[in-house]
Amino acid sequence: MSEEIKKVATRQAYGERLAELGERHPEIVVLDADLSGSTKTAIFAKKFPKRFFNVGVAEQDLMGTAAGLAHSGHTVFASTFTMFATGRAWEIVRQSICYPHLNVKICSSHAGITVGEDGASHQVIEDIALMRVIPGMKVFVPADEHETRAMMDFMVQDRGPTFMRLGRANVDPIFDSSFKFEPGKGHVLREGREVCLFTTGYVTKACLDAAEQLSEQGIEASVVSLGSIKPIDSDLIARMAKTHDHLFSVEEHTTVAGFGSAIAEVLTSKEPKILHRLGLQDEFGQSGPANELLAHYGLDAEGIKKSVLKVTKGTA
Amino acid sequence: MTKISVQELQDIAQESRENILKMVHKAGCGHFGGPFSMIDMMTALYFYKLNLDPKNPSHEDRDRVILSAGHCCAALYATLAKLGTFPEEELWNFRQMGSPLQGHPKMKLEWGIEMSTGSLGQGMSIANGMALAARVSGKKYRVYSFETDGGTQEGMTWEGIMTAAHYRLDNRCVLFDLNNVQIDGYMSDVMNIQPITEKFQAFNWHVIYIDGHDMREICDALDEAERVKERPTAIIGKTVLGKGVSLFENKPKYHGVAPSDEELEIGLKELRGGHE
Repeated sequence: MSEEIKKVATRQAYGERLAELGERHPEIVVLDADLSGSTKTAIFAKKFPKRFFNVGVAEQDLMGTAAGLAHSGHTVFASTFTMFATGRAWEIVRQSICYPHLNVKICSSHAGITVGEDGASHQVIEDIALMRVIPGMKVFVPADEHETRAMMDFMVQDRGPTFMRLGRANVDPIFDSSFKFEPGKGHVLREGREVCLFTTGYVTKACLDAAEQLSEQGIEASVVSLGSIKPIDSDLIARMAKTHDHLFSVEEHTTVAGFGSAIAEVLTSKEPKILHRLGLQDEFGQSGPANELLAHYGLDAEGIKKSVLKVTKGTA
Repeated sequence: MTKISVQELQDIAQESRENILKMVHKAGCGHFGGPFSMIDMMTALYFYKLNLDPKNPSHEDRDRVILSAGHCCAALYATLAKLGTFPEEELWNFRQMGSPLQGHPKMKLEWGIEMSTGSLGQGMSIANGMALAARVSGKKYRVYSFETDGGTQEGMTWEGIMTAAHYRLDNRCVLFDLNNVQIDGYMSDVMNIQPITEKFQAFNWHVIYIDGHDMREICDALDEAERVKERPTAIIGKTVLGKGVSLFENKPKYHGVAPSDEELEIGLKELRGGHE
């Protein structure tokens, strides 16, 4: 990787874009629960103090208050760590935001194991599952800063509840500034033949790197980015299933009920095929640097390559 | 009080009690004990104080009412029907397939059903959000929420109580139905929340303690709440579960059951006798 490529965390892009959108969209109100420095909503708060409310360490109140503000016509962005936004406050999200289909955008940071040193208590690996089961909730996971901004541009003109999963760690750019987001539309990042890697969020770069390494060994892998998990691009998934021998999903999340499961649901109804789901295998994370954790759970390029080889060649 | 007399308010409340009892009886399930205890405060709020046009209940400047205790929705539906936001015949479809009058409220602004509630403890925060929205948009509307002693056992309620005080939401008013009964028995036996007045005061709210069945006290409290600046107000109404029918009064078993045919008859008789 060349030196000049800038790595930006999706939470950073979120905070900056939010402050930009605040200028053109006076209807935007932002809420946080004492983590505005980490979620980067502090940038908006500084610029628009009258449209920012901090509720303190009270995530249930965060979501209830967000519901009330949205009910009165505001576009509400509610941020905190994803563990608490989707875990602790789940029932409020379900009852008070999604049931009345209110315009709340839950954009929460520090998702997945790339939180790193804070350990398993803060490494939510269940959030995609928790959010996508709620009727009417959209679920987006941006792979980089460009996709983050594009998703936000969509969100401000869309009505209804949305969950966007943001990360703590800096990520390599996958797309460029011209990227346009469309819900339910996936993107083929790399065309291969026998293997298809479905990816979302942080692990996208690792999938592309793994595909390069596999190519050196004579295996051509397609890489498909699905930032929109709900709605999901079922046509693209079915097409890839038809044209590839081996399918893999890669997620920084438990393999139970998450991203891979969403793909599996499409396959069972449209194009039945075995899907190898890479992610956390019914286990919690632990403290450590993000890159070491990803390697430990087989979610870096090396781990993904090994999993593919195990299936395609029967070797590890 | 200028628009409506105490006697008229009392009559409306009694008629609503009759409708509540008939609705729950017809549905074969539901709650009437709580609705009976809060209906006097609800009647005073809607018919004496609230800025709400029954012909246009979703007007952006309307006062908002959140029923945090969603299970008491029979009181809300009976009140709204009497106000005229939807036809009274619809009351007899309560809890039936296809009816907007769900077993717990589902938001339907054009009928005046302000918000979906039912899971206890969430209304306080929602109402605060609406009150903050008024501040952001420079609007003058007020936001009321009906809280109950049982729902106050939910921890989230206290998060909302903190937030309302922190943001000095003087357009926020709680009507607290203190009937000391929850499903499993008396509050004081199951999980005591007293002293509730002191708790609200400690959280920096303005508190008015009243007899929640005395129309004049309720109306005076609603007027006082409107005059309070820089602080939210909690009107704590001491009430009796099942109020109005001696057979039901203060008996936990009448929290969440439909009346039998015999109980319906006894209830209607006493209610009709009560205001003749």
